Parts: sequence; structure tokens; C-alpha cells
Amino acid sequence: MTFGSAKDKEVVKAFWTKLAPKADDVGADALSRMLAVYPQTKTYFAHWKDLSPGSAPVKKHGKTVMGGVADAVGKIDDLTAGLLDLSELHAFTLRVDPANFKILSHNILVVLAIVFPNEFTPEVHVALDKFLGALSRALAEKYR
Amino acid sequence: MVEWTDFERATIQDIFSRIDKDVVGPAALSRCLIVYPWTQRYFGSFGNLYNAAAITSNPKVAAHGKVVLSGLELAVKNMDDIKQTYADLSVLHSEKLHVDPDNFKLLADCLTIVVAAQMGPGFTCDVQAAFQKFLAVVVSSLRRQYH
Repeated sequence: MTFGSAKDKEVVKAFWTKLAPKADDVGADALSRMLAVYPQTKTYFAHWKDLSPGSAPVKKHGKTVMGGVADAVGKIDDLTAGLLDLSELHAFTLRVDPANFKILSHNILVVLAIVFPNEFTPEVHVALDKFLGALSRALAEKYR
Repeated sequence: MVEWTDFERATIQDIFSRIDKDVVGPAALSRCLIVYPWTQRYFGSFGNLYNAAAITSNPKVAAHGKVVLSGLELAVKNMDDIKQTYADLSVLHSEKLHVDPDNFKLLADCLTIVVAAQMGPGFTCDVQAAFQKFLAVVVSSLRRQYH
């Protein structure tokens, strides 16, 4: 999966360096919002004791998810190849409906707007939206 | 008929009393035109939409952003019957403006992001849920008269 222009990649990587130190918190907040605003997503986490915003399992999982995003930034030149294992995990084990990737992406962007009100310009927004879209498509590669 | 909790009602009123309407409307519309460039198809008469800088500084975009936000304020004042309040607006968007209703969601997402940036941490999960529910009702009401 090719993603974006050279400029898009530059913008994503540059923004990522600002985001990286706060990635865990961003992940936890995005996941909390997803579960609160789109309650149907809770169905994937029925095995957690506590689904409330900022709970321990939510924080831990937010960190895991952002680890995946960090990985994708590193493999931005070939997301499909880079995310093969993660795609298999989501396809065969987790079986997350790919429509939910869009929902989580939206919530990541909302958190970025809150944490980086000045840096999350429309130009950064469009590059990140494209990146998360490409990431989502790479993640759905192995589904069928 | 949409059921609003007391928290949701209070939250929507609060958001709209806090945000700078002259900033949010234009910012959301210009963000939509930049992030989802195909939406520019409806604004052929607006002049220079060539790049992000041009869109952000375009006076027609700014003026129209304010028009959109006043439309939302109408819904805020009539939360118990947004469907009826928006009946004419829906016909307008369908019959005269010929806007693909999928675009309403794109603008709604940009509004959420702009309001989040303005409100900062005050835009909690619960506030976001209330705001997105409100926008979903607005979008649904705007889609209603399409046939």
C-alpha cells in the first residue's frame, strides 16, 4: 500500500516527533472516547473489567495501539508489507470489523486537536487523515 | 422524537455559549474544504480555493462558515424538533444545492475537531458524545427530505 506524496510523509513524520512523547496518553484518551462516543465498539472488550474512560485496561491498550501507529510511521514507505503480521492478527484472531478503524482514527484526530491546538493545522490534519486511512487499509489487507 | 438527557441539553447549550462562533464556523468549513477537497465542488463561485492558505483566507468561505453556524444555532434553539426545524433546509440542500448528504458527516467531523481544539480538555468524552449525538441528529434531519 503506497501512502501519499513525499510531502505527506514528511508532514506525518515531523508531527510524529512532537506526538511521540505523549503517544501513550493520546492512545488512552482516543480509546476512551471511542468507547464512550461509539458504544458499539465496547463489544470487542467485553472481557475487560473496566471500560470507563482512563481505566487501567484502557490505558494499557491505548499504549499498545499507539505502539502499532509508531511502528507504521517507521514503515511508512510500505505499510502493507510492514503491517502484515498486525493485519493477520486483526483478520484471523481479533476479527475487528474494519469500519471500526475509521472510528478509532477519528477519535485519535480529536485528541490531537485537543493536545496540539496550534500544531494540528488543516494541512497536518489532511496528511494524518490520509496516513491513518492507509494504515487502516493495510490492516484490513488480510481479511479476505 | 429524539430523547435528550439533562446533561446532553446542558452540554449543547454550554458548548454554543462558549465557542467563538465567528471563528468556529469559518474554521470548520475551511478545514472541510482542505481535508476533503472534493467538497470544493459545491463552491465553484467562491474564487480561489487553490491551496490551504487560499481557502483559509478566502472571505466567501469565512462568510459561509458563519451562515452554517447560524444554521446550527437554529437547531440548538429547537432541540426537541430539529427534524421539523430543518425541513426547508433539507429541501434546499437536496433540490437546489444538490449536495451529496454524505458530505454532511464530513463537515460534522471537522466541526467536532475545531470545537475540540477550542475547548481543550473541557471537551471530555461525555461532552464529545453529546456533541456528536447532536450533530448526528442535525445530519439526519438534513438528509430527511432527500428522495
